[in-house]
Amino acid sequence: MIPELGHFAIIIALLVAGVQAFFSLAGAATGNRPWMNVARPAAHAQFVLVALAFVCLAVSFLNNDFSVLNVASNSNSALPWFYRIAATWGSHEGSLLLWVLMLSGWMSAVALFSRHVPTDMVARILGIMALVAVGFFLFMLLTSNPFDRLLPPAVDGRDLNPLLQDPGMVIHPPMLYMGYVGFSVVFAFAVAALLSGRLDSAWARWSRPWTTVAWAFLTIGIALGSWWAYYELGWGGWWFWDPVENASFMPWLTGTALMHSLAVTEKRGGFKSWTVLLAIVTFSLSLLGTFLVRSGVLTSVHAFATDPARGVFILGFLVFVVGTSLALFAWRAPRVGLGGQFNLISREGALLSNNVLLMVAAASVLLGTLYPLFLDALGLGKISVGPPYFDAVFVPLMAPAMFLMGVGPMARWKQASLPDLAARLKWAFAVALVSAAVLPLTMGKWTPMIAFGLLLAVWIMASCAVNLRERITQLAANGGGHPVSYLKKLPRGYYGMLLAHFGVAVFIVGVTMVNGYETEKDVRMTPGSTVSIGGYVIRLDGFEDVDGPNYTGVRGILTVLKDGRQRDVMFPEKRFYNVQQMPMTEAAIDTGFTRDLYISLGEAVDGGAWIVRVYHKPFVDWIWGGAFLMALGGIVAVSDRRYRLARAAQRKSQDATASAAA
Amino acid sequence: MARALIPLVVFALIVVFLWVGLSLNPREVPSPLIGKPAPVFELPQLRESGAAIRSGDLKGQVWLLNVFASWCTPCLEEHPYLVSLAQRDLVPVYGLNYKDGRNAALKWLGKHGDPYTGIAVDTEGRTGIEFGVYGVPETFVIDKEGVIRFKHIGPLNPRVLDEEVLPLVARLQQ
Repeated sequence: MIPELGHFAIIIALLVAGVQAFFSLAGAATGNRPWMNVARPAAHAQFVLVALAFVCLAVSFLNNDFSVLNVASNSNSALPWFYRIAATWGSHEGSLLLWVLMLSGWMSAVALFSRHVPTDMVARILGIMALVAVGFFLFMLLTSNPFDRLLPPAVDGRDLNPLLQDPGMVIHPPMLYMGYVGFSVVFAFAVAALLSGRLDSAWARWSRPWTTVAWAFLTIGIALGSWWAYYELGWGGWWFWDPVENASFMPWLTGTALMHSLAVTEKRGGFKSWTVLLAIVTFSLSLLGTFLVRSGVLTSVHAFATDPARGVFILGFLVFVVGTSLALFAWRAPRVGLGGQFNLISREGALLSNNVLLMVAAASVLLGTLYPLFLDALGLGKISVGPPYFDAVFVPLMAPAMFLMGVGPMARWKQASLPDLAARLKWAFAVALVSAAVLPLTMGKWTPMIAFGLLLAVWIMASCAVNLRERITQLAANGGGHPVSYLKKLPRGYYGMLLAHFGVAVFIVGVTMVNGYETEKDVRMTPGSTVSIGGYVIRLDGFEDVDGPNYTGVRGILTVLKDGRQRDVMFPEKRFYNVQQMPMTEAAIDTGFTRDLYISLGEAVDGGAWIVRVYHKPFVDWIWGGAFLMALGGIVAVSDRRYRLARAAQRKSQDATASAAA
Repeated sequence: MARALIPLVVFALIVVFLWVGLSLNPREVPSPLIGKPAPVFELPQLRESGAAIRSGDLKGQVWLLNVFASWCTPCLEEHPYLVSLAQRDLVPVYGLNYKDGRNAALKWLGKHGDPYTGIAVDTEGRTGIEFGVYGVPETFVIDKEGVIRFKHIGPLNPRVLDEEVLPLVARLQQ
């Protein structure tokens, strides 16, 4: 009964989405207000319906209803309850349901927080989002119904993939999808602007917070995924340039460019074509990512079910959504006009280079991801493009972008002068140079790559500091008083920018230090033997058997000693999941601010000995710390008071018109 | 106008490739070698330099040939299954160490476990070419007469092992 209720809710949601798309788009085209007014209530109704369907599926999982195919293939009665809930989105069908839940949630949010946007724009935006939703509802109902029954029911389920039985995996997909799907909002804004021809700074101001929030979620989602790979796959790596990782990384790159481009469109009225194109491309890459993951055209660590019918559907949908919007762009963009003229050495110039670099980076990731497919399609054989390609292409593209990150925020709009910039930034550069020369020596090894990484990181940090100091001394020079008292007066948007840029620097420190100073040892250990790494001595005390809810395994007990004193006890595990017949390595990690100790069990060898893998990873947590700082910067920027002011002003004027009408 | 068309054109090109890609399965390539005798080889052993592995010596038993390399990331994905397969002692698994360095391969096996009964070193990839290796990893099932009966491209998984490889091995062993 419950699964049928969910199934029914999706069917109704499809109808509502169809109605919403038709009436709001037709209403906006003909200026029919009652039709346009359908958009908001329809969006809320869709959200309620999809949420209902989602709850129905979650309840089916919780109740171990193995008469539902999806539950039987992805859950098991021995699975703990929290993983049963997470299993709701652990399968292909369930993750699609999560997709549309997010989409309708975003739609509902747009309906709620768009009081200051003209009605016809809201109608267009919600109409376009509803069209996207129609596609996904159809996809679910036609090829991937999460509520399909299995008759007769299975006695027990096939269990959730053990790789996904992990707390990180519980929150990673929702965060990632919030980001992916969140870009549908700015996409809808862009297409609505092309349709109406209204592409001005007000449009950019409405789009900005939505873009930033989606970007912040995507950042957190990617960081969580990378962190999960780090501790769950047992290889100690944090990024593999896997097609599925790339699929989330490409929209992040163009989304980052989009955020910066929107700033120019709002503040200077420039970059209009760029901004619209980036909005379309970013969401298109989100859809392409879905296609790549769901269609099985590429093989990857994240092997999901593959089904050609699904691939054909998503491809058709992709052609419709992306093709139409790019055609619209080709038709309308030449008319949106250029912004004001600017000199190449100016803030616009820096941001334009940033746009270009990020676009090229995204394109090179796309090329690397699809290259095996291209060759295969041309009959030239099957190959895989590995990390060497991506490292070789990506680092040289990002380095200038990182350098510009220090210069751009300091440059004046329209025209800046190089000697002036050089004078203001010389100390920042000097600090960066000295750090790059000296810091690696204190760590005991100096290589050009380490020095270069640190140069960029310290350069960004120092230029952020110079920027902040300049801002407050300028304010103090104009208004009197102590500069520090002006710290509170700076807008949150500014702090958000500083925080995000600082996060990038922290991230670079993490990557540089791990790549430069990581040490690893594979040793054969018997109880009582020790291994020393990174100034620590690790002693294997023994093994014990583990009996989990749906697995059995062995747990090593290792004591970490520093200068003869005990620092920690670590418990790496080797598990065997009974239902899926799959061995899993659970690494033990001792997390620290400046280093991680990472231990994973290899294989049992003769005489009660095990191969134990021990890593010392300096500053590795800075990688994810940096990503979280970037996301936090986004959140801080969105909380800027000018957005709240705009809303308050809107409310006031509405009240005024309401009382005037009364 | 012309410049604004570029994104659309690029997208159209990508779609064409994706469309063709849909009809290709990255994991299944029909091998013309299935049902044919396995190529004859005589290659040095990985673990004991000086010793050799000859395909002729393997006749009379059913065996698996697993093409692997230390530089191959997907190999890590299938490796635990091979290790547990070796522990079950159902069928000997021979490794073909493809275009790899001896030390790198030994280090890799020390780190991830060594499921192989014997490992042939194919540094130049000649034997790999004779076996029609498209990418690493690949796994072949070879019967008592030395005929290739099955080929799997890409990492092995429990489903392929339990539903395809092992039943076939059991049938061939009778």
